[in-house]
Order: sequence, then structure tokens, then C-alpha cells
Amino acid sequence: MTAAREGKGNGSIAVRTDNLCRHFRMGESLIPAVDQLSLQIRSAEFVALLGASGSGKSTLLNLIAGLDRPTSGSVVVEGKDLARLARNDLAKYRLRTVGMVFQSFNLISSMTLLENVELPLRFAEVDRAERRDLCQKALERVGLGARFDHRPSELSGGEQQRAALARALINHPQLLLADEPTGNLDSQTGAEIMNLLEECNQSLGMTVIMVTHERSLAERYSERLIFLADGKLVDDRNAARTAGEVR
Amino acid sequence: MKAYDVAELALRNLRESVLRNSLTTVGISVGVASLVAMLSLGIGLQQLANRRLAKSGLFDTVRVTSRRDLRNLSREGGENGPDAADSPPLDESARRKIAQLPNVGEAYPEIRFVTELRFEDKPHLTVVAALPSSARANDAFEGIEGRFFSSDSAQEAILERSFAQRLLGESPKPGANDSTPVTALLGKPLIMRYGERTALPSSSPGSANQTDTAYSVTARYENLTIVGICDLDPDSMRGQSRARVFLPLKLTEGLHVMDPSNLRDSTNVPGSSPTYSALEVRVGSPQTIPAVEAAIKQMGFDTFSLLDATKNLRQFFAVLDLFLGIFGSLALTVASIGIINTLVMAILERRREIGIMKAIGASDLDVGGLFFAEAGVMGGFGGALGAALGWALGHIINGGTNLYLKRQHIPPAQIWFVPWWLVTSAIFFAIGVSLVSGLYPARRAARLDPVEALRYE
Repeated sequence: MTAAREGKGNGSIAVRTDNLCRHFRMGESLIPAVDQLSLQIRSAEFVALLGASGSGKSTLLNLIAGLDRPTSGSVVVEGKDLARLARNDLAKYRLRTVGMVFQSFNLISSMTLLENVELPLRFAEVDRAERRDLCQKALERVGLGARFDHRPSELSGGEQQRAALARALINHPQLLLADEPTGNLDSQTGAEIMNLLEECNQSLGMTVIMVTHERSLAERYSERLIFLADGKLVDDRNAARTAGEVR
Repeated sequence: MKAYDVAELALRNLRESVLRNSLTTVGISVGVASLVAMLSLGIGLQQLANRRLAKSGLFDTVRVTSRRDLRNLSREGGENGPDAADSPPLDESARRKIAQLPNVGEAYPEIRFVTELRFEDKPHLTVVAALPSSARANDAFEGIEGRFFSSDSAQEAILERSFAQRLLGESPKPGANDSTPVTALLGKPLIMRYGERTALPSSSPGSANQTDTAYSVTARYENLTIVGICDLDPDSMRGQSRARVFLPLKLTEGLHVMDPSNLRDSTNVPGSSPTYSALEVRVGSPQTIPAVEAAIKQMGFDTFSLLDATKNLRQFFAVLDLFLGIFGSLALTVASIGIINTLVMAILERRREIGIMKAIGASDLDVGGLFFAEAGVMGGFGGALGAALGWALGHIINGGTNLYLKRQHIPPAQIWFVPWWLVTSAIFFAIGVSLVSGLYPARRAARLDPVEALRYE
């Protein structure tokens, strides 16, 4: 696995944050969810963001996903400063550059799996005939080839997360962001999802940034661990070294 | 997002909350139905009034008289055309020329005389008038008992109801006609006694002076059959005296009746070509009356017509339609608030869904467009349903009104009319109002913060 990782990517910077701040106002007080955070993530890296609840992991992920805007500082992804993008350009960025997987899957319950996976293609204005073919392939890739017409409520958690992954990958993003992807799954199903994420990283060369509470999982699959506390970066280390210590 | 994808997703979302969206759509349809109903009533009443006016013949008729007429002695100078001395006679050739003028439908002589009619050996003195076959369309004959003349030269007569009652030996009571079985007169014979004018050969042969010629008056009888009884004299507004009995025009012309009450007729000499005391000229539409009158005056005749009342009528109905439209729109305004409410509720319910869509790449335009399209689809369905409902409502009210009129012994009338342009405009108006109502919810949905929306459970 290490050999494969060493050979992939071109070493360019995929994500860079400079003095990134995201403060929330709670009544009179100002909460610094992300505070003066500067880091760089290379292309095709598999990075895990770790930290206690409220440490700012998810806020940082939302800022990188272009779902939220920084209070100050900058987030530069693939050369674009997200803070400077117009709303419409930010939507295009989320559509084309980023794929997102959530802890609670976030599939639209009234739609079938096929319709859920098809949604980003509709926003990307892909022709109807082409869409169906792409969706079928994406669902087959995550092992849901026989469940196109099922609604999310008819599937297990693992299946729902696989469908969410198929949806995240449908527009071939460069950056895959996962917010606690195994948080609602048992360990075996969680491992299956992690294998899929690893496959995306290794065979498709995607940069993967994963927020997780499970340190063991992070150490096992990611090559770099970034620890946050109170919105600040407290540790940034190579996972291979940690893995070596643990395993 | 492509337009058909927006439409497909909008329909799909509407199906998800089918009860609420159906109720909103019914709200719109009630609004549209009330608008269609109100405007149809306005249009129907306007058409009814126009039809009545057109049928009355009051506003599409020009009465033409000769300037040589003794009744025109007081006339000062020619306002338009030659003086009385140079004025041509109002004879058959003049009638033909007038009939060929542009916008003129027909020109026929006005024949009206006082004579004696015998019914069951009892004499009755009254005014008799001749009617052309085109008078069949006049609204005076709409509620006719019996029928109109079978031909223009049939030996038939139509009686005015009060005269018919007189023949039956009753005194006419206005508004209490129903009790009298006037229909008993239909098919009964009526004898008209009249004086026929016939030219006599010149008393002094070789004389150049035409005034020496003479005519004789012969007492004659004409056997007529009563075929119809009508309520009104169709020419009562125009004649010198109100006629009570009507005869076909060709038949009356052929009788050469001498009218002792007509001074000009008494002194006129009957020749090979008859001259008329007056002509009735029917024009295509009331708007063409001034042009036709001017053309006839140029020919050297006098004309008389009533002012075009339809112009004022149109103005009145424009105001009426506006008011009815405003009242009809009130329900649609309430319905549009219903749309806003439904969509705002949908935003609250689908907050998380909006967040998901934004997270996976939907733009503000995609999200807003979806809500906007949902408003438009509800408007389209509501508009179509409302137009159908308005149309059905119109038929029901029309039927109910006619039932009431029938019970009151009033002839039925079409007071309701739904033109196609109203149906299509109502549907487009409903879509327009719905889209405007959808603007605020669509904007609100588009501006939702995706992070906040994703947190929503």
C-alpha cells in the first residue's frame, strides 16, 4: 500500500489554507470554530482530520467544500481562492471539483437510488440518455447494481452510504470530502466504506480528506493525520509512522 | 439545470405532498373560476345588450324622405345637397340607387296607412304597416305567437297584441297579457277595406300640363289570414303613428293603398313608377350610419337616424367588466397567498433537501427555479381547472336564470358567454399570478445557507 501511495499524484498542492478563520457569533460572544489555521494538502493525499467534538474539523471540511465562507484568511483549492468566488461559481465548484459523503448519508428520501445519484448530473446538464448509463455504472461500482429503484429507507446504512459515495463520485471530482463516513455504521460495514474510499484515492488518484473520531480507522487508511483542538492545528503527522507504532 | 429537468423535478415534488398541493391548486382554480365567471357575465350581458340593440333596428336604420315632401316646408335651405326644387323624386330608381350604396343592406319603402279591418263582421279602424321579410330577425318578433309571414306577398297579417285583444272584445291591459287566449285568433280570417288609387286617362288629351291628370279611388277588400301575434310594433319609435297590424311588404305595395291622412299622397299623381313618402334603409353596422347618411343627402334626400348608442354602451361595459374583473381577482389574490404559504411550508419541510442539493452542486438558480416551477405548475393546473369550473358555473347560472325567466314568462336569454380568449387568458393569468407568488419562496429557498440547511432535522 505504501509503495502505491508513493507512486501516485504529482505532488502539487490540492488544498491550501492560510490563516483561515471561521468565527460564529453566539449572542455576545464570538466562537472561533477555526482559528488562524494554515495547512497544505497535496494532490492524491489521503488525509484524516481528527479531534474532539467542537474542535473545528467539520467546519474546516465545510470551508474546503465551499459550503461555508471564512471569516478571514483563505482556502485555495486547485488554484481557486474559494473566499473570492461568487455564489454561482462556488456552486459550480461544489458540482465539478468536490464530492461529499456525510455521516447521515444525506440521500433524498423521496427519490430512488438512481434518482439520487442522477441529481448532480441534472445540475451539470448532462443529457438524459447519458445520465442513466452513468448512474447505473456508478451504482454497480459500489455494489448496488440491483437496487436502482429502491428508496433509501429500503436499504441498510452501509448500502445508503455506498449510494451516497456513488453520488459523490458521479461527476468525477478531484477532491473527495468525507464527514464521519463510518459514524453511523458497524465496524464491518465501516470497513467496506473505507475500502471504497481507499480505492478512490489509489486507483482514481483523488485527494481524500476525511473527518473522523475513530483514530484506528484513520491510522489504518490515511497517510496523514491532522489533529485539531479549539479550531487550531495541534498536530500534523504522517500516518505510516503512527501506524507503525500501533500495528 | 435544463428546463425539462426543472419541470420533471417540480412535478415530482408536487406529487410528494399531493394533498396540500392539490388544495392549493383548488384554491387557484376557485380564484380563476370566479374571475372567468364574473367576466363571462360582463361579456354575456354586453352581447345581450348589443344583440337587443341590433335587433331593435333603432340604431342601424336611416329613414329617408324626399325634400319635395310637403312635410319639409319649414326646412331652411339645403344643408347638404340640392334644394327641394332640384331634389329628385323618391321613387323606385332612387330606392335602387340607395340600396347599392356601400354598407347598405337593404332599402325598402315605408308604407303605413289608416284603414278599416273587419273581423267577424265588426269594423275596427287602425294603422296598418308593411314589413319586409328581413324584419323577421327583429326582436319584436322574438316572442311571436304563431309565425312570421310565409312569403313577402302572402295574404297574411300579424297583429299587435293589444289590437288582437281588441278584436276579441277585451280592453288591453299592459302587463296582463297572459290571461288572454290571443292565440285563438291564429288562422282566423281578417278583411281589410281600403281605397285603391288608380290613374285615370288625361281629361284633356294633348295637354302638356301634367297637373290635369287625375286618379280614382276604388273601395276594395283584401282577405287576410292572421298568422302571428307580437308584443311590440317594431317600428313604433319611428312611425308617425303606432301600427297595430302588419302585412308583407310586396303584398302591400301591390295594393296601391290611398292614405287619406297623407297630404302629399292625396295630391300626388300615380305614375308608372311609384314614389314613396319615406324609405327605410338598413345599414351593416351602426358605425357606418354617418357615411350612409352623408351619401344619401348628397343624392338630394333628407335623412333621419338615432345616434349610435352602442358607443356609450361599449364604454359602460368596459367599466362594468373592469369592476367584475376586480371582484373576480380578489379570490385569485387569496389563492396567490395560498401558493406563497404552501411553498414557504415546503421550504421549511424540504430545508434539508435544499441543503443536500446545494452540497452536491445545485446553484441558487437551480433551487430557486425549482420552487418557481412548482408555483407555475400549480398555477397552470389551477388555471385550467378554474377555467373549466368557471365555464360550468356559467352554464349552471345561465340555466338557472333562464328557468327563472321562463317561470316569469319572459323569453330566455343568453346572459353568459365564455369566449376562448377568456379561457386562455385566464390560464395564462393564473400561471402569471402563481409565478409572481412563487418569487418570494423561490428567492428564500435559493438563499438558504447550505450548512444551516444540512443541520436541519
